[in-house]
Order: sequence, then structure tokens, then C-alpha cells
Amino acid sequence: MNSKKDFSSPFPAITFPTPGQMMWRRTTHHWGFLLGAGILVVILVVALLAPYLAPCDPYHQDLAHRLINPIWHADGTWSHPLGTDGLGRDYLSRLLYGARISLLIGFAAMSISAVIGASMGVAAGYFGGRVDVVVSFLITTRLALPVILVALAVVALVGGSLPMVITVLGLLIWDRFAVVMRSTTQQLRSADYIYAAKATGCSTMRIIFGELLPNILNNLIVVATLEMARAILLEAALSFLGMGVQPPLPSWGLMISEGKEFMFFTPWLIVIPGTVLFMLVLAINLLGDGIRDITAPEGRS
Amino acid sequence: MNEALLEIKNIRKEYRISGGLFQRRRSLRAVNGVSFAVDKGSVLGLVGESGCGKSTLAKIMLGLETASEGKILLEGQDVSSLPCRQRTRRIQPVFQDPYASLNPRKSIQAIISLPLQVHKVGTTAEQNVQVEKIMDLMGLPRRVRYNYPNQLSGGQRQRVAIARALIMKPEIVICDEPTSALDVSVQSQILNLLIDLRRELGLTYILISHDLAVVEHLASRVAVMYLGRIVEEAPTEVLFKKPRHPYTTALLTSVLTPDPELRLPETHLGVAYPNPIEPPSGCTFHPRCPKVAERCKVESPQPVVNDGRMVECHFPNY
Amino acid sequence: MSYLLEVKDLQVDLAIPAGTLNAVRKISFSVSRGETLALVGESGCGKSLTAMAIMNLLPRQARCQAAVLSFEGDDLRSFSQKQMADIRGRKMAMIFQEPMTSLNPCYTIGNQLEEAQLRHQKVSRQEARDRAVYLLEKVGITAAGSRLKQYPHQLSGGLRQRVMISMALMCAPALIIADEPTTALDVTIQAQILSLLASLQQEFNMGMIMITHDLGVVSRVADQVVVMYCGQIIESAPTRELFARPLHPYTQGLLACIPIPGRSKRGQHLGSIPGTVPTPVGRLQGCIFRNRCPLAVEACAEQTVNLQEIHARRSYRCLLSPDRAGYNWLEHDEYE
Repeated sequence: MNSKKDFSSPFPAITFPTPGQMMWRRTTHHWGFLLGAGILVVILVVALLAPYLAPCDPYHQDLAHRLINPIWHADGTWSHPLGTDGLGRDYLSRLLYGARISLLIGFAAMSISAVIGASMGVAAGYFGGRVDVVVSFLITTRLALPVILVALAVVALVGGSLPMVITVLGLLIWDRFAVVMRSTTQQLRSADYIYAAKATGCSTMRIIFGELLPNILNNLIVVATLEMARAILLEAALSFLGMGVQPPLPSWGLMISEGKEFMFFTPWLIVIPGTVLFMLVLAINLLGDGIRDITAPEGRS
Repeated sequence: MNEALLEIKNIRKEYRISGGLFQRRRSLRAVNGVSFAVDKGSVLGLVGESGCGKSTLAKIMLGLETASEGKILLEGQDVSSLPCRQRTRRIQPVFQDPYASLNPRKSIQAIISLPLQVHKVGTTAEQNVQVEKIMDLMGLPRRVRYNYPNQLSGGQRQRVAIARALIMKPEIVICDEPTSALDVSVQSQILNLLIDLRRELGLTYILISHDLAVVEHLASRVAVMYLGRIVEEAPTEVLFKKPRHPYTTALLTSVLTPDPELRLPETHLGVAYPNPIEPPSGCTFHPRCPKVAERCKVESPQPVVNDGRMVECHFPNY
Repeated sequence: MSYLLEVKDLQVDLAIPAGTLNAVRKISFSVSRGETLALVGESGCGKSLTAMAIMNLLPRQARCQAAVLSFEGDDLRSFSQKQMADIRGRKMAMIFQEPMTSLNPCYTIGNQLEEAQLRHQKVSRQEARDRAVYLLEKVGITAAGSRLKQYPHQLSGGLRQRVMISMALMCAPALIIADEPTTALDVTIQAQILSLLASLQQEFNMGMIMITHDLGVVSRVADQVVVMYCGQIIESAPTRELFARPLHPYTQGLLACIPIPGRSKRGQHLGSIPGTVPTPVGRLQGCIFRNRCPLAVEACAEQTVNLQEIHARRSYRCLLSPDRAGYNWLEHDEYE
């Protein structure tokens, strides 16, 4: 008498979008993310293809053709679309190769600081107690140090170069990673699924990497993008002050510094690298904000 | 002499609470000397309200917290001498909130097979087969294996949690409010499932709940907790028919059965609310007890055991 | 007969990625002064959204329509936001489920209680304070004067809920909407809070809408019960009649699911309703309960089912006649 019930719904069958599809929709509708990602991809491609795109060797000096105006001036030429700098080097080529330096330094310094800061933050958040006290003390100490001055001091002692800048920055900008990872981990460590994993017999490492990490990853990525932008700006500042990347490397900060002598006569020497620097940092920030909005939409409305 | 499967002996758990910048640290006695024994195949119901320590006790039994004092014996063996893997194979939890007990970033397949991976049981193919079998047992359709927890309903999530707990075939399952966060109709489905599983797999349950009706339906023995101690313990039928401790009586009176002929019950408990950080002197229940006498304010009652029942009261109802 | 609150054909739609969720589908009910109406249902049935719609506190993506939505004779649909803000708290008050999050942790109890009255009535702060003390004592809080200076985190859950109740009463409202007021509280406190609400309602002659999923609570406090399922009212009856003779299979199923000490045999199955609640998106075909109903017949899938009225206060939404034989919910329990 009790035949198997047909449990089909009285409503028409609706396929609900999967979480993956919903995230995709959020991604494609988020103008900030798309804009930031677009600009960043362009700069990345340009940096990778710099040897093919640059019209000249960025280190080649041609003192006979110094300070040629860019193409939009009356006397610009196509052989130097963005003109030449004070030593006759093609500006467009230096700009393209400079992108490599900015991206490399940004990414490398961010990676180093991510490893340092995230491990400290997660350890402090997960274990609490004495580990937390030590890490908090280290964070507070680090926050009390002015980054630029410390970097300047170190570089003045040891000498400036590309690897040096990366190392110094990487060892200095881990604070936000530590703070954010610590608070995120603290929120999640008493979640029931962590207890369930412990009750299953998971080792601590397995819990941290297998259960906790996937849930804090989106925060980590957001902070990583923002710190990358910060590293790029810091490098530009250091190079501008002469304590970062050394000439003749085409760092954008260095280009601004070299151009400041000619600021009132040929302002484009400063404006061009300044503008691309601004755009790169803006793109990275938009990307970071976008990632946060897309991966955690409940934080918004 | 039937040796109990699980024996809890005088467990205490104290937390140090900082009293603020200028006050000394105070101690919070979440569990204050709890002892009981559970026979194989039976269901012990642990009943109590918020602050009574039942959740802390559950965590101690699962090894998620260490007791400040006391022992837990599993078939006569001290649990602290067992390797962690052994213990987790034999005692497993089902938590209250199905929305929080599953990792939102892992698929159902990954969640259920986690114990198999941790204990390194079988190859991946064998593990998949086991996962399929247990999902069938739980009444979960196979197609949800690759879904994520937020795509499932509350009842389905709780089934996943139970599947994860049972996949290693434990002996004891500690259910901490397994149905409190679920709707009534889903609750009865899950309770029926738990009843069937106990029979089929020969499990022993420790059922922690504030819902006396649920406990009465599942448990063979009931222990009532108040502010960290067990104040009464008895077989279910006699506890519900003839409660001895005034708190048990109040709890039973408070159960609102769907009977429109009855009005709201009067528990005679007063408004005073227990503060676990500063427990009352003597019998901790005395500020709320309708039968309080002078003796209750100074002297803590000792447990009195007769014909399979225990009660801690100076003036129990006989 | 003039009702305190009259609702007719209330509809609430929510925009979701998969379409439009018809969360509340044309429901009608009324409440008079001194009467307690219970809105019963499981999660997702639309009962909380109904309360929000009455108070005009719906989320942004919700759309609300009604044929009649009148309170003390005024048409609420024509009220501006400012007018609604005026009657909210003064004539219509709400008590929420979570006492921990309904009180602002940054302000003292006294501050919040006084503000509840000062916002709506032109009284002095001292008068507001006196009324706060009066109400705190009425809800059974001793040493009310010193409590005014305490912060919410210093009070227990039961005390906080009492404070919420007195806050709701500061302006002597005509209607109280209580959304699961005792679900988050301990069971021994629950009966106290419910008795308190009942006696205050009597004393101030207020109308009350009690939203809950707990049929035990409903049986003890409600005069009229409205059972909701998936946005529709599927049964409505005076309390005694509903429990004595539930007509809709869902109501019967719910009552069979509840473990009752002494009734259910230990170790045996509880009655259960098979399947799960469908998501109300798209056009409804037939009866909304048919995929879980053990008594369903072919007609249930074809015809639109309307509310059948037995008498003025009793109706149910089912094609089957009220005199059909009962169903033993304990025998049939397939769960999906």
C-alpha cells in the first residue's frame, strides 16, 4: 500500500547556480576587478615581452640625441616614441624594462614577507598563549619602525642593489600579513569543523594546511596584492632617494629621480614614469579589493 | 561483572579567567567532579542548561580538552595512555551545528573520507567505495559527493557529519545536541536514523541535550548536570516518573508538551541566575531551590546511591 | 468588527540568482487587542518575513504587496518611511530572538530603555527613567534602579530578554510581535518569560503575534494558530481545535514528529515527514505539500488548492475532506 513516494517538487525544476558559477558571475560583473586585472595583465605582458617590444637597448646612451621630446611634441620622432632622457637613452625602452623591475621587486618582496608574516600570524592565532605573546610583541616592534628609514639605513651600510632591495623590503613589510592572518585564524580556530578534524585524529600540521588554510586563503591573497603594491611604491621611493636600485637599471623610481633635474623644461621625464607607476599600483589595489569582494560577498551588504 | 565500556572518574576542569587589569585571576570550574559509567550498547543522556558544563565534558571525552583532574577509562584502560589515533578511532563526535561542523571549502567526499585518510585506511579506490557505502547508509544521494556544504540542507549536512563520525566504525559516539539546530520534521528523521544506526552497528551513545523529550526517547539512563556536577542519575523511566532532585523536577515541569488544556507551568525557581565564576556556597542550587533550608547554604550535599540511582541533595523527593 | 491588525493577501517576493523567490504567498490573518496569534512553521516558511513586512523592515531586495494591511484602521501601505518609524516602537513593538545581539553593547540598559521612549514621546528624561524602573520591576528584575547602569554583557540571557520585553513596552504599544522570543533561552527560563508575556499582554490589553516553530509553546499561549508551510497558510484554527483535531496532513505530521515524554515508545521510530521543504521558485503546480504528503492523490498535482473554510476562524488548504480517516504517521517513515 505504501508505494515509494515520488519526491519530485511541486515547483518546476530549477537549477541553482553552483558556488563556482556564482563566483564567476560576481567576477565578471565587478568593474574594479576587471579593470585592475586588465591593466595588470597588460603591464605583465609588456614586461615579459619587453625585449621584443622595446625599440632600442635601454642602456644604450646616445649623447647626440639627448632630451628629445616625445611623439606628441612638434619635433618628436617615431624612432623614439617617448623621447630620450638626459643620457640619450630611449625612454620607451627604459619604461618597458622598468616594468620588469617593478613587478619583480613587488612580487619577490611580497612573497618573502608573505611567508614570514603568514607563518607568524597563523602560529599566533592558532596556538595562542606564549606564541601569541611573542608574535604580538614582534609585530608591535616592527610597527614602531619607520620602514623607509630602516631601509635607507640598511642600504647605506650594505650598498644598494636589486637583490638587496628585495631582501630588505621582504624582511620589513610582513606586518600586515601577520596581523590579518592572526585575527582570521583566531576567528576560525574554534569552529566546529576544526574540532571535528581534531577529533578525527588529524595532526596539527594537517589541520593548519588542510582545514584552516583553504578558509584563510582569500584573506591572504587580498593582503598579498595590497602588499605588492606597497612594495612597488617603497622601491620607487628608495630608488628615488638613491638608496634602492642603482643606475643604470631602468627602475621607474630611478627614472623619476634622474628626471627631476629637468623637471621644469621637460616635465614628461617625470610624468611618464609617474603615471605608469600610479596605474600599476592602482590596478593592483583594484584587483585586491575586487578579490575580497568576490570571495567574501557577505562582507559587503 | 559487566565492565562498563566507558568510565569517567572524578573529572574536573578549571579555566583561569583574568579578572581585568587590577584584579587577580579567578578560576571557572566548568566541570567540578563528574563521574559516571556507560555500558556497551546503551545510551546515556546528559541533560542540563547553559553553563552546566556538558559541552566541556564532551570535549574532554573526545580529547579536545585535557581535564585538570580525573581519569577516563575505555574498557578499563586509561585513555591518556592510549595513542591519540587509537582513541579517535573508538570515540567520535557529532556536533550541534551542521552549518559549522563541515569545512565550507571542502567537498562532501573530502569531508567524509578525511578519517580514512588520517588513519591511512586502504587505497583511494577503496576509500571511495567506503564513502559510497556510508552515504547509502545515511540516505544521502550519491550525486552530492562533489557538492559543497553550502549546497546542502541542514538535515543533509547533519547526515554528512554522522557519516564522517561513523566511517571508522567507532564504538562510542558523543552526540552534542545533534538535532537542536534542525527543524522539527528534520529532527525526527535524524533521530530515527540515530536509533537505526545504533541497532545496526552496535553503537554506544552519549547524548547531550537540553531537550528532555529527545533524551527520554533515546536514552536508557539519564544524568542531570547543574553547574559542573551531576545532581541526579537514574534509568530513564524512573527519572521521568519520580525525579528526586528539585532541579530535575523543575526541568521536567518546564517541558512544554503540545497540550492546550494545560497552562504555562510554574517552576518555582526564582529569578536568580547561576554564575559559574562565583558559584553559590554549599549546594550550588540553593538560591533557586524551592525547598531550600539553612543546611543547603553551608553544606554541599554528597552523592547518595541506592537501587541504581544517584542523587545529590539534602532533601530529595522519595 | 474592527481588528487591531488586519492582513489580507500579503505577498513578499525576494530576488535571488535563480529567479524570484515567492517567500510569502498571499496570506491573510487578523489580530485583535488582547488576543495572541501564533504563526507556526519551520525554517523557510516565511513567518519572520511576514513580521518584517508588517513593520516595513524588509531587506532591500524584497518586494511586498498586500490587498489589505491595516493597523488600528490606518492603511500601512500608504505610510511613508517617517510615519512607519513613528509607529514602530510606539504603537507596534518587536521582540527578537537573540537577546545577545538585539541590545547595543556600547550603551547601558537605562540608556537604551530611555531612548525607546524619548524617541517617540515628549517626556522628560526623568519620566522616562521612572517608567524604565517601573517596567523592569514589572518584568521581575530586582534592584531595577542599579540595573539601569549596567551594560548588556553583564546580564544573563534570560535577564536580557526581560530587558528587551520592557524596552518593547516603554511606549505601551498596541501590538507586540515576538519572533521566537524564547528559542535562545534555557528551558527553565522559557516558561517564566512566556508567563510574563502573557500576563503583561492581559494587563496592557495588547495584541500579540507570536512567531515560533515550537508547537508546545503555541499550545500554551496562543488563542489562534496559523500554520505556514513554504510561504502559504495551510491551516488556521483556534488552539484547542487545532490540537484536538488537526486537519491538514502537514499539521498532523508535525504533531506526530514531536517526541513527547510518555507518549513515544523508547527505541522506536518517531513519526516523520518524508522529504524536504521545496524552494518556492517558479509557478506552483497543485498542492504545495504534495511531494511529502502520504495521503496525496492525482488531483493534488493538478488542481490549485484554496483555503477551505470550516467556520469563521477555522480553515485549511487541502483537497481531502475533513472527515477522512486518520493516518498513522508512525508506520510510514521513509526519509530521503
